[in-house]
Amino acid sequence: MTATLRAPVSACPACSAAPAAEALAERPPVDARLTLSLPTIHCAACMATVERALTAHPQVRAARVNLTLKRATVDAAPGVTAEELIPLVEGAGYEAHELDGTALNATATDRAGRELLMRLAVAGFAAMNVMLLSVAVWSGAEGPTRDLFHWISAAIVLPAVGFSAQPFFRNALTALRARALNMDVPISLAILLAVGTSLWETALSGEHAYFDAAITLTFFLLTGRYLDHRTRAVARSAAEELAALEVPRAVRIGTSGDETVAVVDLRVGDLIRLRPGGRMPVDGVIEEGTSETDRSLLTGETLPVLAEPGRAISAGEVNLTGPLLVRASAVGRNTSLARMADLVAVAESGRSRYTSLADRAAKLYAPGVHILAGLAFLGWLAWAGDLRVALNIAAAVLIITCPCALGLAVPAVTTAASGRLFRRGLLIKDATALERLAQVDTVVFDKTGTLTTGTPELTNIGDLPEEALRVAMALALGSAHPLSRAILTAGQTAGLRPETVSDITEVPGHGTEGLWQGRRVRLGRAAWTGGQPTEQTAAWLAVADEAPCAFLFSDRLREGAAEAVAALRASGLRVLLMSGDTPAAVEALARRLEIPQWVAEALPQDKSARVEALTREGAHVLMVGDGLNDTAALTAAHVSISPASALDAARVASDIVLLGQSLAPIPEALTTARKAVKRIRENFTVATWYNIIAVPLAVAGLCSPLIAALAMSASSITVSLNALRIR
Amino acid sequence: MNILTYLIPISLVLGGAGLAFFLYTLRSNQYDDPEGDARRILSGEYDDRPKPD
Repeated sequence: MTATLRAPVSACPACSAAPAAEALAERPPVDARLTLSLPTIHCAACMATVERALTAHPQVRAARVNLTLKRATVDAAPGVTAEELIPLVEGAGYEAHELDGTALNATATDRAGRELLMRLAVAGFAAMNVMLLSVAVWSGAEGPTRDLFHWISAAIVLPAVGFSAQPFFRNALTALRARALNMDVPISLAILLAVGTSLWETALSGEHAYFDAAITLTFFLLTGRYLDHRTRAVARSAAEELAALEVPRAVRIGTSGDETVAVVDLRVGDLIRLRPGGRMPVDGVIEEGTSETDRSLLTGETLPVLAEPGRAISAGEVNLTGPLLVRASAVGRNTSLARMADLVAVAESGRSRYTSLADRAAKLYAPGVHILAGLAFLGWLAWAGDLRVALNIAAAVLIITCPCALGLAVPAVTTAASGRLFRRGLLIKDATALERLAQVDTVVFDKTGTLTTGTPELTNIGDLPEEALRVAMALALGSAHPLSRAILTAGQTAGLRPETVSDITEVPGHGTEGLWQGRRVRLGRAAWTGGQPTEQTAAWLAVADEAPCAFLFSDRLREGAAEAVAALRASGLRVLLMSGDTPAAVEALARRLEIPQWVAEALPQDKSARVEALTREGAHVLMVGDGLNDTAALTAAHVSISPASALDAARVASDIVLLGQSLAPIPEALTTARKAVKRIRENFTVATWYNIIAVPLAVAGLCSPLIAALAMSASSITVSLNALRIR
Repeated sequence: MNILTYLIPISLVLGGAGLAFFLYTLRSNQYDDPEGDARRILSGEYDDRPKPD
């Protein structure tokens, strides 16, 4: 399914504008706050042009473009709708779509990110000041001066740690309550122990205090946390924007005529008007009107299906040619769409939970460090017999082993890799998606909407008489049917001009007819024009009583599909094709792309069962799909990718979203993921070697605060620089 | 030694002022559109405040 087919859902110019304005007028006037998505803006001039175009509207108070999110926020007088504003922006030469404000609220202000940044700032401030004082101590401050410096450090560090390190304390507490150990437990313990023993030392006017270590540790670890958060916040906001692009409204026929209502307000028994180009919001039965519907997102069928009174129509189908009146038979959670989405939940429970590299490292690391510190404490207590010395040593062990490098090892790499992939148009939604992507050895593609765009393409243009094509073009001009569009595009590319055909009428569900040179001409279904039914998608042109001629179509390949499949096969991966479409169509595509294994007429359950079977055989499956029939398989797969044009449910189920039209970035994503995992492992190696060298020093009691600070910073910087190599 | 009674408070106050200023910028949404802000300085249009929350 492509953007061209679904665009009318949100961009339908007048249909929803007028009733919405009426509904607004009844309520007390509220200022309109509109958000527009501007996917094509990229520079300072774009921002200025769009803002000028929007503020030119007399009722717009303020308009501000956000280039990072590629959005515009507009404050306008009550009653102004996006339908009035979009033409203004488009007139200035930029693409614009309305975004559903309620779906966006969650990302309007990134509360969690802001909180982390604030803690990071406080930790940074404290670390810098304490470091100044510590340098003075290291360079030889003695006696009361040293004590004074330690006390000032304590005064700075205590509140700073209390505020900044809260995320770690909270996580550690949750983990301990669940009787588990995660990375935050040793972190929290090290910070608390460092601050505690330092206070004790200072009170006894001791020589060493680890205040600087405690606060720099917090600072470095918060940096890792913030990087981690940033990566996913970008992906989340973009994913939410995709969902917000579909504004869920429907036209209901009420007692006082047509009214535009939110889809959630629809009830069973409501009569709904479905305009051509509209997506069916609920399940229902057609009461009036004949048309054709596109079910490709639900079943993978590319051929439009005839819709006539009495036929059931399910949520998610797109009406193509004529207006329909539909009586709702199931709404909300009961629609077939929702029930199919529930399959995802079933598949989800069967998915083996993947443990990330960081978690696995933490499982080894946390108990190891605690045992080591405990042994050091007991050893020194037995040998020196001094509780103070023993506690100091134990704190030093915890600080020096504390996972500065480990805490940065994964987030630094995933941030760099996600940034690289984001620039190529891939959005990583899940934290462990990159690691899982690196293990992939089998790739399963869906056909319709994934490898192909879902828009048909005229294939036998060479065999058709030029005159027939020109007549067909004239008839196709008046229709929004995808096959008509394809004929028109093909004719225009060949440089042909349409014939003059008069009295063109569209017979919904059948085709278009008109008068050409006094003769009746028809373009449409085989049964209606007198043509022979064929295996391939076809439209027939009949001129009066002459034998009709067939226009054959096949699905157009998505940009980069051939290259992506070839590249994946070349790198030794197993590639499969799975589709709900007819065997003939699937086989043709498989042959065209040289995919050896294919499955046709697969039901959603078949797809997920096949993926699960592959997984049981030991394969790590990457599933690429867009339709509702793919959602269960997307969840069942080891890792999944869906294009931005996919249905919301599919995008939610997948780990990675492809923002652009092209499939070409997929092979690159695999290489980048492998590189990223390699860097993560290298970072773990660096951290391990660092510990092997540093731990004996700490246990031997040779680790002064100066050495701890140097070692910690050195390992953190090494790890971050190594991560940057992936950009 | 006496000089420290001036210098330490001064360094703390200056650092604290920097921190307070950062928190102010953070609260007034100045990090919502880093890319756009970087380009806005090139535009000739006067634009002195970020998007209101």
